Amino acid sequence: MNETNALQALAGALTSGSIVTVDLTHTLDPDFPVIVLPPEFGQCARFRVEEVSRYDERGPAWYWRNFTCSEHTGTHFDAPIHWISGKDLPDAAVDSIPADAFVRPVCVIDCSQESADDEDFLLTPEFIVAWEQTHGVIPEGSWVLMRTDWSKRSGAEYLNMRDDGAHTPGPTGDAVKLLVEERKIIGFGTETVGTDAGQATHLSPPYPAHYLLHGAGKYGLQCLANLDELPPTGAILVCPPLKIKNGSGSPLRVLALVDRSAA
Amino acid sequence: MTDALKRPPKKDPQKRTNSPTLPPYARSRKAIAFTLAAAEGRFALQVCAECEHVTYPAREVCPKCWSMELEWRDIPDGGKLISETTLRTSVNSYFRERMPWRIGTIQLDAGPTVLAHIHGDVGEFERVRMIARTDKSGQGVMLALPEKETPNMADDRQLRALTCNPKYRRALVTDGRTELGQRMVKALADAGATRIFVGIAEKWRPYEGSEALEAIPGVEIMPLDITDTISVNELAAEMGDKADILINTAEYVRPGSVMQRHGVTLARDEMETNYFGLMRLIQAFGPGMKARGADGDNSACAWVNLLSVYSLSNWPVYGTTSASQAAALSLSQCLRGEFAGSGVKVINVLFGPLEESWRQPLPPPKVTPQRLADTVIHALTQGIENVTLGPVAEDVVRRYKEDPFVLERELTQINQGM
Repeated sequence: MNETNALQALAGALTSGSIVTVDLTHTLDPDFPVIVLPPEFGQCARFRVEEVSRYDERGPAWYWRNFTCSEHTGTHFDAPIHWISGKDLPDAAVDSIPADAFVRPVCVIDCSQESADDEDFLLTPEFIVAWEQTHGVIPEGSWVLMRTDWSKRSGAEYLNMRDDGAHTPGPTGDAVKLLVEERKIIGFGTETVGTDAGQATHLSPPYPAHYLLHGAGKYGLQCLANLDELPPTGAILVCPPLKIKNGSGSPLRVLALVDRSAA
Repeated sequence: MTDALKRPPKKDPQKRTNSPTLPPYARSRKAIAFTLAAAEGRFALQVCAECEHVTYPAREVCPKCWSMELEWRDIPDGGKLISETTLRTSVNSYFRERMPWRIGTIQLDAGPTVLAHIHGDVGEFERVRMIARTDKSGQGVMLALPEKETPNMADDRQLRALTCNPKYRRALVTDGRTELGQRMVKALADAGATRIFVGIAEKWRPYEGSEALEAIPGVEIMPLDITDTISVNELAAEMGDKADILINTAEYVRPGSVMQRHGVTLARDEMETNYFGLMRLIQAFGPGMKARGADGDNSACAWVNLLSVYSLSNWPVYGTTSASQAAALSLSQCLRGEFAGSGVKVINVLFGPLEESWRQPLPPPKVTPQRLADTVIHALTQGIENVTLGPVAEDVVRRYKEDPFVLERELTQINQGM
């Protein structure tokens, strides 16, 4: 095999199993939590399915269903126009984002211990810099994922909603600024229901990940799973959203290619 | 005195469930008005507008003065049992299965003598209190009750055939997240329901009152989201054969008219709960309940819909919610048609503004969730199918009965809150 051809090398590694595909996606399940806003605001639609036919009088030999959901239900992608700060940017909807953004290297910052100790843990610039001292500087154009092991939680523990709102980890505004302005990442992803912390409405600016990422034309991923199966660096993220005209986001299948031989 | 009803034994899995059989259901068109009054728990007979003569059975003309001006009016319910007989055989399957059965002749204080079912505690020549109720055929009949309360009076089997008493029955309350749902569950427990299945949607969101709800005797918390077909079907598969009474406490209410709505997203949410939610429940639980209308002392007996009175006529202040509730009311009428002959009653409670968050700015008088829960229990124990609750609802229903088109004009004229 001609090892100088990168794609041929990749193909060989995929079929031999030295590069494995890790699924970072939750199943689209009607009972999977979605973000909950104050009730007077519009709400995120839950995932729902209705049968069209199931080998019955409605269609004797075939089974198919209609499904409905929000652009932000389940494991999903946030486009820049999702937030007001990104509303006027060019190529900022899921159908117009350049496709190369959907296949990129990925860095995984492990905050799982810190998030276990503190459900309101905030990822800071200092934490990122300390991570880089071990794993190297985050390469330009990478996706950065915040691993919290939050995807292992279920039921009420996931949103962790209390009288004063949700309590889940996320980044500070300064951390997002560092990633966007200095590291020039392409997107940021989390295991929680949003890219922001549960209490992010009280940060400055409110919802800093949404505001700063999308204002800078960057993308978001949330409700990710299995981040504990990824190496800190070296994996490739594959995350193409549905090509919805002028879409603000989309549920999607998120995959990672991981080189097991390098582990 | 009546023997106290015993808790029904567990069902013998080798025995076939009895199919519902029916008492005679043929009625003249005139007599339907008696059935309507019975469905509302009223005792009404025709009264001649000219000579005040009270007549029974339903007629086209007054037998005393030949006037055609016969009006259905509520009349005094007192009377006296003047003769009685106990049926021990009948060609009618419904009565054959229920022998012996007491019937008798009652001299009403209002004038006529009538043939009626007799409560077991009524003695010969005693004073009685008459009630009119719908029977298993859905038609109005009369039952003579003892004038004063007797021990275990509600357990009389001839009375119980006309009611939907929760005692020793199992109920499903579709939404236990709200104060209304929780008050309903407590009221059912207090009324003697043995098991109360309580639907809770989205357990991943905490809700107020959850601990107290779970502590109510007989309560079983079940995952149920009536906006999710899979969830409804899964619950029906699990416990649908034990739904003797179904009370749909789920509602989706938002203020706003059509032009105050920005798009149809909220209106869809309203329809998902108020209309499609009811439809999913009917498709999942209806067939099982319909088949169990004659399943012994804990037969399926009642489907309870709680509907805003503005389901009758749109109130633009809650315009799109009213429209979804009108759709629900229409569906409840379809359900009544589908349940006809099953022995399962469709109980519709039309209520005025409820004391809850989405109706918070509305002025009193309002209906408290406790009052609504108590009213449902009353309707069940009395076997009443059509209930109007609260001064606002009573006013709207009165005007609706007078002229629905005038009511529409009144609710949509300037300064009706818009």
